[in-house]
Amino acid sequence: MLQFLVRRLIVAILVAATVMTLAFILTRLSGDLAISIAGPNATQADVEAVRKAYGLDRPLTVQFFDWVGRAATGDLGESYFFKTKVSKLIGERMPITITLGLTGLVIALVVSVPLGILAAVRENTALDRMVQMVALLGQAMPSFWLGLILMITLGLQLGWLPISGTGSWQHYVMPGIVLAFSAIPALTRLTRAGMIQAMGSDYIRTARAKGLSRASILLKHALRNAAIPVVAIAAVQLGFMLGGSIVIEQVFALHGVGFLAWESIGKNDFPVVQAVVLVLAVIYVALTMLADLMNAVLDPRLRGP
Amino acid sequence: MSIVSVTVGPKRGWKSVSTWIGAAIVGVAMICAIAAPLLVPHDPFAQDLSKRLLPPFWMEGNNPAYLLGTDQLGRDYLSRLIWGCRISMLIGVTVTVVSALIGITIGVLGGFLGGRVDDAVLFAITTRLSIPVVLVALAVVGLLGSSMTLLVLTLGLLLWDRFAVVARSTTMQVRNLDFVAAAWCAGCSRFRILSGEVLPNIASHLVVVATLEIALAILLEAALSFLGLGVPPPLPSWGLMIAEAKDYMFFSPWVIVIPGVALFVLVLGINLLGDGLRDLFGARSDP
Repeated sequence: MLQFLVRRLIVAILVAATVMTLAFILTRLSGDLAISIAGPNATQADVEAVRKAYGLDRPLTVQFFDWVGRAATGDLGESYFFKTKVSKLIGERMPITITLGLTGLVIALVVSVPLGILAAVRENTALDRMVQMVALLGQAMPSFWLGLILMITLGLQLGWLPISGTGSWQHYVMPGIVLAFSAIPALTRLTRAGMIQAMGSDYIRTARAKGLSRASILLKHALRNAAIPVVAIAAVQLGFMLGGSIVIEQVFALHGVGFLAWESIGKNDFPVVQAVVLVLAVIYVALTMLADLMNAVLDPRLRGP
Repeated sequence: MSIVSVTVGPKRGWKSVSTWIGAAIVGVAMICAIAAPLLVPHDPFAQDLSKRLLPPFWMEGNNPAYLLGTDQLGRDYLSRLIWGCRISMLIGVTVTVVSALIGITIGVLGGFLGGRVDDAVLFAITTRLSIPVVLVALAVVGLLGSSMTLLVLTLGLLLWDRFAVVARSTTMQVRNLDFVAAAWCAGCSRFRILSGEVLPNIASHLVVVATLEIALAILLEAALSFLGLGVPPPLPSWGLMIAEAKDYMFFSPWVIVIPGVALFVLVLGINLLGDGLRDLFGARSDP
């Protein structure tokens, strides 16, 4: 178990280091950053001043190791536009993105687990086909468009929910539904497949033979076994949702981390952009590690030699 | 499970219907994409401010010359929709070609060679999955300026993971089969075995992955264009049409409903076709 943990941790650190390098290269792609920061009307002297002020006159390797060294201690640099610490900016915006991500995940689970169970219990019936169709429809839905449609219907025409902003919990319902759509197809399919596999296993036959009630067999025995991969994938899906929420935050004007990144891209504020890429990648790596860990704890067969 | 023999499954009624629906949608989209210049009833770029925001044919006050109405600049919506289909299909296919080249190469190498090479391939896949695709694509286009070529290369470089995962796992299975051993014994070179024995036997799985990737690339392009960092205007990408019409959506909802439904139907069609192909080949597309 310890060996498993250590190995996973080493891979996670290596992945984070690679993403850091890529994020650094990414923000240097545009060529001379000083020119883009100084703006189109800057004189040569302005550009030189900017280059000195931001330390862009140093060799690239020095800049890179400076960034890595600081990031390792939690210092992600300073935003060019907001003139504050990037870590503080991300810290302020993160609760909104995490609230949105968790709302989306909860909605996705509430919808897809019952649907998956239903489809598995009624395997190869019209109901099963309908559930699979719902998953396909969800997969084809453009999230930003669904957001706009919900704004027109639930927001404007029915007046049930606020259209944009972050004032109250109601503000998270519509973006949460939209975000959930991206996870529902995968979670439904997985629940269905897991339940079908569990229902065909020996311990379910034993439970049936003992004369247990149908509900008890389904919920206590089958679901518990089918839940292991679902819980693990849910953690991974949360990572994808946090990364993908940038579009939805923009549609609903939620000022989370994704919105921050989008603003910063428009302003050439590259310390913020590279920091958000890094933070989201680290969160994703941590969540996948958590998923592996949960798998290993819940299912000893996966721990390996 | 046998992955080598291509088993043609029993054609269950609804499944074959949905596959045909998918194929029909994809067929229409391909015709629109290829013959767009011949099909458009008006010039999709011609503005006419005296005819702005005309409603589509099912609403009051429509103009029969403009079946789907006009946008906020008086451009014919049907023409822009057809032209947008060309852009969606072009991006979907080219992105998938780029990502297939990358993903299949590293996946097959990892699965075939094993050992250290495979460790490196797994590491590359893990790293790729941890990178937030939309954010990085936005950042690249934002920093380098938007163009179709850049968009295709960026998305292609970001979306190879599923190709790599499926190519790797299927190659591993094929590698250990008897006919590969026979080819080794016959003295075939590594390259000969890869191109002559392995690739043809994993191709059906890769075709299924390709359909999923085309659909994904089309959705991502629309999202990026919607955020203003995808296809540059005035090209009528469906995502860009939705973004440009957003300000009018509360009073004329059809301006966003039409391109959105088109996007939804096209992606659904590709997925239905892919689903049908998967059943037909008995292939797997999930890692």
